[in-house]
Parts: sequence; C-alpha cells; structure tokens
Amino acid sequence: MLPHLGAAYNLARWLVRSADDAEDLVQDACLRAYRFLDGYHGGDARAWLLAIVRNTCFTWLHQHRVQDSVDEFEEEIHTPLKDMSTPETLLLQQVDGELLRQALEELPARFREVLVLRELEELSYKEIADIAGIPIGTVMSSLARGRQKLRDVLVERMKGKH
Amino acid sequence: MLHAYVDGELDLVRQMEIETHLKACRACTAAYEEHRALQSALRGAGLRYRTPAQLEARVRAAVGAARTHAPREMPRRVVWGSPLGWLAAAAAIVLVVFLGWKILPSWRPGNEQLASEVVAGHVRSLLASHLLDVPSTDQHTVKPWFAGKLDFSPPVGDFKEQGFELVGGRLDYLDGRAIAALVYRRRQHTINLFVWPAQTSAQEDEEASSRQGYNLIHWKQAGMNFWAVSDLNAAELAQFAGLVRAGPRPPAAR
Repeated sequence: MLPHLGAAYNLARWLVRSADDAEDLVQDACLRAYRFLDGYHGGDARAWLLAIVRNTCFTWLHQHRVQDSVDEFEEEIHTPLKDMSTPETLLLQQVDGELLRQALEELPARFREVLVLRELEELSYKEIADIAGIPIGTVMSSLARGRQKLRDVLVERMKGKH
Repeated sequence: MLHAYVDGELDLVRQMEIETHLKACRACTAAYEEHRALQSALRGAGLRYRTPAQLEARVRAAVGAARTHAPREMPRRVVWGSPLGWLAAAAAIVLVVFLGWKILPSWRPGNEQLASEVVAGHVRSLLASHLLDVPSTDQHTVKPWFAGKLDFSPPVGDFKEQGFELVGGRLDYLDGRAIAALVYRRRQHTINLFVWPAQTSAQEDEEASSRQGYNLIHWKQAGMNFWAVSDLNAAELAQFAGLVRAGPRPPAAR
C-alpha cells in the first residue's frame, strides 16, 4: 500500500463527495506530487501529500462550481438557546452513522475539511494548519464553527425524529 | 479554547485551568459534554472512506508511466544546466521520499518495494493476531519447527540475556517466497526478524532506515537476507541486529 493513500482518498472523497471524482483527483494529486517533488522540503510527507490533494480538490470544486460546498456558510441563522435541561448530549449520543454522514456532507467544504482531518484522520492542529495552509488559530475557529454547525443540524434533526 | 481542550491541544497549565473552570460552570460543562459526544459519534460511526482496491494500482501505473519518461530527458537538460534539468533531477531523487522514506541516501532501488513489504508484514503480524505459529522461547524448538516448512534453515538465536527475548516464529511471505519470521520482544516492543536465502552469497553491511514510523535494518550474511523491523528505537534495533549478526549463542551460555 502506498503510504498515506488511504488518508488522501478519504480527504478527497469527503471534499468532492463523489467516489469516482475522488479517485480521479487522488490519482491527479499523486502525479502532481511526483512532478513537483522539488516543492517537498522534507518534513511530514503525509501533510505534504494531503496539502496537494486538498488543493487539487478545491480547484476542482471551484471549476465545477459545486454549489454550497465552497460558499461561506451564512452566519448563524439561529442562535441556539442554551437550555440546560434539554438532553442534547443524549441526543448526540444516539445519532446514527447515516445521519452523521449526511450532516457532515452538507457542511461547507472548509469545515468538512478540518473536521475530516481532525476527527477521521486524527491530525493535530499543526498538521491541519500545514495541510490547509491556514494559521493554527483559524484551524481552531474553523473546527469550533464546524462543530457548532454540525451539532445544531444534528440536534434539530434528532428532535424532528422524536 | 474549549475545542483545543477537547482536542488535547492545550499545555498542562491551561488544561488544568479549564478543568477547574468546568467544575464550576454548568454551561461550559454542558458544551464540553456535547462536543465530546459529537466527537465520539464522529469517530465511532465508520465515516472514514475505504480506499477502493483498484486505486493504488491506478496511481502506481500513472506515476510509473510518468517516471519512465522523466529519466530520458533528464541527462540532456542537466548538461544544458537548465532549471528544468535540476527540477527533474530533484524530482527523481525526492521521489524516494514520496514513496515513504525519510532518510537513507544509500538505499538501493530494489529494496524499496522490499522495505515496504517488510513493514507491511510487520504491521500485519501485529494486526491479524497472527504473530506466532510456534510460540516458544526455546531456540531449539523454534529452529526445527521450520524444517519441512521451508527449503532453508534460518539461524535462530535467543538474546534474552541482552534484553531481546525470543518469543517464537512463524511462516510469512515476502519477496515472492515463503520465509521465516522470528519474533523477539524488547520491553513492550515487538521485533520481527525476516530471514530468507539471498540470490547471491555477497555480504552486505547493515543499512538502517525508517518508514511509517517503523525502524528497519537489513543486511546479508552467509547467503541469507535479514530484515529486522520494529517500532523500537533505531539505536536498540541496531544493537539487536549486532547480536543477530554475531550469531546464536551456544546453549551452555544461556
């Protein structure tokens, strides 16, 4: 198994949300990685490859004008009331995989990106910052906003179910 | 800040500050618990996509095709001193890194695939709970076990006194053939020592490398290939390799 191919595919698959396109883009990214190896200055090979994968995917998303995925998400449409008595933690504990997958897929791409890297690849803030080319502070705030958004969507849908 | 805490990204002092605050603040505790619930839901839901089996073959083929073109152009451009020549040269050199290596300039190309197989074999042995076919700390049990299963007899030594305990052996498959895997323990670390006959009787000195966080050492001796792989640190693995090279101790010394 080529090292880091699994991480590369998972990231691409989540970013472009299509299995076929993800495969094409990973192949493309690996070729670029091979051609532009002079851009590799040592260090974390995984972060370097993933950075190329995410750039390839974001370029593709822009070119294909994929709606809603690269758009900024509108600032909090509703401010969730912190109601201490609602067992939202309980709701979140009962979320099933399919609902979670849907909710994560619907997040804007830049929140999907940090969440996938953090929760599925379990990378550190520093590694995520290197891959996405953003400051660590932005990693933290993107994670916070992404999680909040995800939480709101999930709680809403779980409540709708019950 | 709470997110950095959930993610274990805070230093100890800040971490303790947050813990103290959480004890006193219900709102933050509730938010913390939600994030924890969300995190474990995300991690436990099998959301990570599996890489399709054909993708690796595709990528290898594509990179392989690109590679066969590159070397032909390279020498001319280097002679011209064009930046592209440098680029191609740099690319060819660092390709090695792309394939997973961090160090090792002296590594020969044929070993690249092998090193990857060795690491894969090591990882597989730990994952599949198939570390041992013959669990025994006795070299005189392990060595005969291989007779009849392999067309060669691997040298089996126990280095318990030096802190590398033999725990057993198993058959494995590497380099297109059945081979002997000897398993040693150093504290909590497992060492796989893969042994199989070499094509030539030439001796080769030890070469150390690391990939995917594992340390590897290989050498050729007495017509055998030796590959040691472990998550043990490089220095101690080198010590282990030295012991193996020196050969099995006679039973009286144990």
